[in-house]
Amino acid sequence: MNSISVVTAKCTGCTLCVKACPFGAIAMKQEEHALESGRTVKQLAVIDLAKCTFCGACVEACKFAAITLVKEKGAAAVNLDEYRDVWVYAEQRRGEVAPVVYELLAEARTLAGKLGVNVAAVLLGHNVSDRARDLISHGADIVYSVNDPHLAEFLDEPYAACLAHLIREEKPEIVLMGATNIGRSFASRVAAKICTGLTADCTALDIDPATRNLLQTRPAFGGNIMATILTPRHRPQMATVRHKVFKPLAADPSRTGRVVEKSFDFSGVKIRTKFLEFIKDVSAKVNLAEADIIVSGGRGLGGPDGFKLLEDLADALGGAVGSSRAAVDAGWIPYSHQVGQTGRTVAPKLYVACGISGQIQHLVGMGSSEVIVAINKDPECPMMKLATYSIEGDLFEVVPQITRAVRAAKGR
Amino acid sequence: MHIVVCIKQVPATTQVQIDAKTGTLKREGIESIINPFDEYAIEEGIRLKERTGGKCTLLTMGPPQAQTALREALSRGCDDAVLLSDRAFAGADTWATAYALSSAIRMMPDVRLIICGKQASDGDTAQVGPSIAEMLDIPHVAYVCKVTDVQPATMRVERMLEDGVDVLEMQLPALITVVKEINTPRMPSLRGMLAAKKKEIPVWTRETVAADEQKLGLKGSPTQVMRTFSPPPRPGGERITGADAAECAAKLVAKLSAAGLV
Repeated sequence: MNSISVVTAKCTGCTLCVKACPFGAIAMKQEEHALESGRTVKQLAVIDLAKCTFCGACVEACKFAAITLVKEKGAAAVNLDEYRDVWVYAEQRRGEVAPVVYELLAEARTLAGKLGVNVAAVLLGHNVSDRARDLISHGADIVYSVNDPHLAEFLDEPYAACLAHLIREEKPEIVLMGATNIGRSFASRVAAKICTGLTADCTALDIDPATRNLLQTRPAFGGNIMATILTPRHRPQMATVRHKVFKPLAADPSRTGRVVEKSFDFSGVKIRTKFLEFIKDVSAKVNLAEADIIVSGGRGLGGPDGFKLLEDLADALGGAVGSSRAAVDAGWIPYSHQVGQTGRTVAPKLYVACGISGQIQHLVGMGSSEVIVAINKDPECPMMKLATYSIEGDLFEVVPQITRAVRAAKGR
Repeated sequence: MHIVVCIKQVPATTQVQIDAKTGTLKREGIESIINPFDEYAIEEGIRLKERTGGKCTLLTMGPPQAQTALREALSRGCDDAVLLSDRAFAGADTWATAYALSSAIRMMPDVRLIICGKQASDGDTAQVGPSIAEMLDIPHVAYVCKVTDVQPATMRVERMLEDGVDVLEMQLPALITVVKEINTPRMPSLRGMLAAKKKEIPVWTRETVAADEQKLGLKGSPTQVMRTFSPPPRPGGERITGADAAECAAKLVAKLSAAGLV
């Protein structure tokens, strides 16, 4: 068992650990006690074991070495050395490969370089084998391709059964998947099937050269805390990664690789979900998650008419229109435009926030944008403070001027 | 139809603020709430129960104080609630959590549908629902924004994707995770609140659900938190000033042009 305890003679009651604990598991108790130095202090840290996850944040924060953490070292669940190569799941629908796949191939190359292994892409579908060439030119050394009518439309059961089968047969040490709606749903099922760890929404990946473990860093608590997560005793180490976290490599048509056609017998797979039809969302002109430029509006727009100004600016810049939750809840714009914790996560090159104060739930959805421009009447609001460029003023005056200036700059 | 709704008690992130000096979470006075995404799961559970006849049972795994979340959900109109609470469950990652919850669901009679919120607001993983389905060997559809045509053996659902919706028919028993578009959660009724207050909530332990200790809690978790840290603060930028809006706009566009964005 893991154990954690506070060394009374060292705890000065400084509360650093209370602030560091991501799980609210530490509290201060009023208890006068003597320190090793002979000094008497008034409070003592107490750890609530029902909340503690033994993450060690408090141990790192404590300046007095007053917290002792002993982690149980479990035996490996599988023979780790049998597992090699870094895989990228090449998500596609109707032959269209998700852009995140190319981003993952680039990161997989870096990881594979550190491990001294190959990068393989896994392409599941029906009549989509022609995409393999493209995956190789973007960084794959091997493409495992399964071409089967059962994979014509994405359904969790046949896809999960097929990927789990390939993993069991080829034994990759790392499997990366896009944190798309499909990726997150289906990766969970695969990880449960093959009994391994899955880390969602990683924002940084690295390798510990001593153990070959994948260091998976991700935000938690709405981006307020970052955690580095390991899958030390299971293989493969599975992780999902959002759009735009990594940059794709430029396609290199001279790259070589091999395509391995794999077959899988679906007769033993229970497929209890039937695809009927796909209804395209015609309201969104641009897929927000993939847009390079987003012009977004919030409560400060005052009504649906305000979004017309934003549409003009988005049109001039060649971007998409986003919004804060406040504007969606007020019914000014459909939910598909919402950016933030309960909406979409975006990471464009340019994010223009008009009349958005910058509540934490919104910031976690767009905080990794490269350049942020804020336009707001309130110079003290969070968005104005974190923006790369901020303009204090009435957005109804400022935004049309920017639109004009952009059009002038582009010569239109 | 017996419906199980899985919920989670989380810190109220709407109140989460960052201490500007230390860059850490301000924790004082932050209350626990039902995970906001689970509100839609609870509402859908009640609606489907009302539509098809049957009952709706709530399930959560957590410390003893998680029963507050169950009582609140009961007050909306759910019939029963079970609290899965045992020291052995502590420190579970999504795999071990799904294992514990699926062990509990196995103990419940004639479950036809399991509903989860799309993800929890504290962990944001969206992994537990689909993992439960795999462990129970039933189909699942995630990100469901509409449930139509519920029959004894099948139902039709719409799955929200980035660019539209898939319409799917699934066999029951099944699991769905739901998004906020699916419904508007109701307020608790006075009668519901009184009933919820009196309701007895059984506490199930590892033994009750006959779970394998090796697969529970931190010990049973394939993933382990190595360290946690505060994200580096984003450096503040430049305030653009000018005589009027036109001048500010011109200065801004000049900067964006220089950065290759215009």
